[in-house]
Amino acid sequence: MRRTTKLAALLTAGILSLAACGGDDTEASDTPTGGDAPTSDVKVGMAYDVGGRGDQSFNDSAAAGLDQAVEEFGVETQESEAEDGEAETAREERLRTFADAGYNPIIAVGFAYAASVGKVAAEYPEVDFAIIDDESLVDVPNVASLVFAEEQGSFLVGAAAALKSESGNVGFIGGVETPLIQKFEAGYIAGAQAVNPDIEIQSTYLTQIPDFSGFGDPAKGKTAAQGMYDNGADIVYHAAGGSGGGVFEAASESGALAIGVDADQYNTADPSLQGVIMTSMLKNVNVAVYEYLAGVVDGSTPAGVTRYDLAVDGVGYSTSGGQIDDIVGDLDAFKQQIIDGEIEVPTTP
Amino acid sequence: MSPRVTRLVLGLAAPLLALVAAFAITSLVLIIAGDPVGGVWSTILQVPAERNMANIINNATVLYLSGLAVAVGFRMNLFNIGVDGQYRVAAFTAAVVAGEAWLPGYLNTALAIVCAMAVGAAWAGIAGVLRATRGVSEVISTIMLNFIATGLVAYLLRKVAVREAGSNEIGTKEIPEGSRIPSIPFSDNPAISLYGFLVIAAFFGFLFWFVLNKTRFGFDLRATGQSTTAAVASGINVTRMTIGALLISGAIAGLVGLPILFGDAYAYGSTFQSGLGFAGIAIALLGRNNPVGIAVGALLFAFLDEQSNPLQIIIGVSPDIVAITQGVIVLTVVVSYEVVRRYGVRLEQRHVARALEQSDEPPAPTAGTGHDESKGVTA
Repeated sequence: MRRTTKLAALLTAGILSLAACGGDDTEASDTPTGGDAPTSDVKVGMAYDVGGRGDQSFNDSAAAGLDQAVEEFGVETQESEAEDGEAETAREERLRTFADAGYNPIIAVGFAYAASVGKVAAEYPEVDFAIIDDESLVDVPNVASLVFAEEQGSFLVGAAAALKSESGNVGFIGGVETPLIQKFEAGYIAGAQAVNPDIEIQSTYLTQIPDFSGFGDPAKGKTAAQGMYDNGADIVYHAAGGSGGGVFEAASESGALAIGVDADQYNTADPSLQGVIMTSMLKNVNVAVYEYLAGVVDGSTPAGVTRYDLAVDGVGYSTSGGQIDDIVGDLDAFKQQIIDGEIEVPTTP
Repeated sequence: MSPRVTRLVLGLAAPLLALVAAFAITSLVLIIAGDPVGGVWSTILQVPAERNMANIINNATVLYLSGLAVAVGFRMNLFNIGVDGQYRVAAFTAAVVAGEAWLPGYLNTALAIVCAMAVGAAWAGIAGVLRATRGVSEVISTIMLNFIATGLVAYLLRKVAVREAGSNEIGTKEIPEGSRIPSIPFSDNPAISLYGFLVIAAFFGFLFWFVLNKTRFGFDLRATGQSTTAAVASGINVTRMTIGALLISGAIAGLVGLPILFGDAYAYGSTFQSGLGFAGIAIALLGRNNPVGIAVGALLFAFLDEQSNPLQIIIGVSPDIVAITQGVIVLTVVVSYEVVRRYGVRLEQRHVARALEQSDEPPAPTAGTGHDESKGVTA
């Protein structure tokens, strides 16, 4: 026992002295990097959803927009990410901490921030906020809502799936069953049926709220996709974030095809899997974040709702890999019909 | 030193040793990760502002109820991992009942609370009945019931959900204003206040202590927890106690989400706080299943949670460090209580041995006793 105490005391003493050394380093690393890069006095606070930067999906797309703004305008940034299942006060406090530390604007990535942005924006009227995937705060003057027509982009990849499917059987895998992901499903089904009214569509979600692991579990994605391929599907579209990697693996093992989501996943996938990614539904969160920040740097901070749909190329489909080059004409015809309002894409399945 | 002073010193030594060890281990993790140790500690240990203080107390209220729910089971050697599912099913039920507002004003609130407790108890009761009648381990059944609770609530939520225009969130109908529990003012700023449910949580803490320590039922429960065979021998109906303990645990679990529901969110939706049941397990361990200890543990966890945002934004350290600290604290508490207990036993043995040397009388039969209580139920 006495030895334990001694050891603990020694350890503590050692660590405390090391801690003191550590303290000096922080101040040094806080100084901004110099050089000839562009500089701006805009300090951007970025509040990510669960998963944060590096989720290979939605958050990463927002991060890409931020990175582009850093590169081009030299804005200063700080990032913070949500914990799974955290308290509402934690989200509010994240935004307040940014505001108190002088960050302006503050970008909230994901609809989960809607209530907290509404509350904190009222407390800090001089700070500008942006929220992605939510437009319930349209009346708050210092909040910009950046929303996407996911169903329109999904319609096009649904049409592509139906045009390319040989078995007349396609699949949809959603990460978590939320109204947002249901928009992807609804658009996909409508698009597939627009091409082939008799097409068979298998549809599933990996997890249910409040379990958001469906956005980051490749094993679940692989199992679900494998089931669909075994069941006769030859093309599966996933809107499941990080779980999509498993969908691509299943497609590769079954000799079938898959459709990516959010970013052009052909470019980020492992080279051995590129061949199965027929196309990707593009949801250009990076463009939204970049354009918002460009406005802020210009001094014309956007406000109100900005809708990124097919008309402004806020959503779309990718052609990397050349697998759908032969049907681009058909898809562009659909695209024009949607833009012209001739086709109204449903948002709920 | 007189025995009483020794006991007091030993009692203080255990938590102190735990905190120091946790501090040391976390610092080590920080060093290995290459994070600024000094900056992290000075941020974590700074005195919270008024607003953060209110947040800490509010979140601690929620965690406290969760800790109590788990502790009831622990006192009877039952490991209720299902508090997580129980509170979600119950909070959803309360949100629907209160949102429908079949009764006016606070009658509606009371009905919702009773419904929540009943549903929480029923959900845990399934595990209780399985354990008592079929011998199914409550560890397994409550974990499984968590999954079922997730699926069930998600399904029912979609059935009853209302959705605000332009929002991607779904939730139950908002509780009418007359049925919300008024908050307790905490500072001059009216926006900073405490959950009114705090009073109810404190009352349940008192009830927990009273029932366990001052009633026949509480005695039976603790006796069963310490030795089932002895309990059976003294005429305690163990089957009834098992179901009873899980029902009570579930009923308290039913309260866990309610401070948030009636004090802040007013609806159960897709962003309702999850994972509270698992935090409750750690807090019950930390608080040694004692109502005051659980309060301290809940406050400590809420305090650490509150510091996670400044850590990320001001220091630029991953918030996971907070989770690591919490985990390390739980471990060190368990270990250090055991270390201190053994030290206490050895101290007493030495004391007795010395007493025996001085008098040549035959050994007293009391040596080494008086510590059974501190063993308690730790896992």
